[in-house]
Amino acid sequence: MGKRSVIPFGPQHPVLPEPVHIDLVVEDEKVVEAIPSIGFVHRGLESLAAKKDFNQLVYVAERTCGICSFQHGMGYCEAVEHIFGIEVPRRARFLRTIWAELSRIHSHLLWLGLLADGFGFENLFYQCWRIREKILDLHELTAGGRLIFSVNKVGGVIKDIEKEKLDAILSTLDEVDDELRVIRSVFFEDRTVLSRLKGVGILTREQINDLGAVGPFARASGVRVDMRMLGYAAYDELSFIPIVSNDGDCYARCFIRMMELFQSIKLIREAIGKIPEEKELEVPVKGNPDGEYFMRVEQPRGEAFYYVKASGKPILDRMRIRTPTFANIPALCEMLKDTEIADVGLLVLTIDPCISCTER
Amino acid sequence: MALMKYAPQALKNLFMKPATKMYPAEEPVYPEGSRGHIKISIDDCISCGMCVRACPNGALSVDRNAGTWTIDRFDCIACGYCVLKCPKKCLFMEKGYQTPGPEKKEDTYTKSPEVLAAEEEKRKEAARKAAEAKAALAKAAEEKKE
Repeated sequence: MGKRSVIPFGPQHPVLPEPVHIDLVVEDEKVVEAIPSIGFVHRGLESLAAKKDFNQLVYVAERTCGICSFQHGMGYCEAVEHIFGIEVPRRARFLRTIWAELSRIHSHLLWLGLLADGFGFENLFYQCWRIREKILDLHELTAGGRLIFSVNKVGGVIKDIEKEKLDAILSTLDEVDDELRVIRSVFFEDRTVLSRLKGVGILTREQINDLGAVGPFARASGVRVDMRMLGYAAYDELSFIPIVSNDGDCYARCFIRMMELFQSIKLIREAIGKIPEEKELEVPVKGNPDGEYFMRVEQPRGEAFYYVKASGKPILDRMRIRTPTFANIPALCEMLKDTEIADVGLLVLTIDPCISCTER
Repeated sequence: MALMKYAPQALKNLFMKPATKMYPAEEPVYPEGSRGHIKISIDDCISCGMCVRACPNGALSVDRNAGTWTIDRFDCIACGYCVLKCPKKCLFMEKGYQTPGPEKKEDTYTKSPEVLAAEEEKRKEAARKAAEAKAALAKAAEEKKE
């Protein structure tokens, strides 16, 4: 048995720009234990919720995360809509689905780029982000913002995507589809990529179930958990089957996210094909919410919880958000055990950490 | 073998145009409806203060007497909620993002003197009418008493 020592990882680390600190207890080159600590960027969004009225909170909820901002806004709005007991117009639900899937594509491309950067394939990193730029342009074209959409409101959406813009989405997605096929073959077949990803950081299905991990991270270990199956927004009208792999290693996580890109493209095409021609995009909301609701949405990183409690006043009693990274950190620490210290950066990346939204 | 598949892409990369633009030397093209910054057509503003109450970040302020509308560009999060709430539709989201700056400063818009004078006139007129109505009421009450 070698001598044990502690190596600090983060909060400043080149592999990830966000501040998470992990104390790595190492024995020679092997990690024996990982002790995480967060709290470097706490923003107090939940206490801010006690100062703003429920309509303004849509914009606060959106700013929980810069990457999955749309789904945060949508999750909050759907929670309040359930309290009101109102049904959003069908076209608005389809628009929400299209925007949600677009932001999933952009988030997964961002992650694939970071992963390529993590194992030192700079060229692939740039390719991923070049493709991502086209999706960001689509965001700006349809919603007006590149990352923060601000199109949700309690009761529906405030903007429509016209016919020409839907056609622009379809033609851009065709281009993106072709370009993705090129980089997919590199991620799936390249020898150097495989040597860094195959068989690294294996978590079994039982471990994932015990530690309560969510999202693509859990699906890579064979857990069939995807909140889109609950059928919020318009997912109940689309043919959606979650993608699951049984390997549980880094390669499987990369595989899941890559295949979800193609799935998202398919879902958007299907949604655009089925979108109803309606003028109405929102229903009027009268009065203040009274009641409580749990909303669960599937973000690119996994499942997010919204707990909203209101008592007939414009200001909510409580808004609680649990983001996917928060649920994934215990599994991450389990995964880090018995791995090489050189792989730690890559392994932390594979849960797609978003520390700022974890700390809200 | 994957590298062989990637080779055409790598060759293409060598000869294609840069994917990025030389911002700010090159003017970026924004699509219609881009939420860049807020603009006000100040002469249509009725200083009702709906935008001030709506703003989630408290970036706006309105002075009814001076006829001014002030925005702290650094506090503004460009969410567009004030635009949605404005009853006179005199707020717009314009294309083009704000330029960064070393210090926080506010932009103040003042109504033109003609509009201010017209408003003043209107206010005086309303006050005069109110006084007349009051006098008429008092007169009627007196007559009733008699």
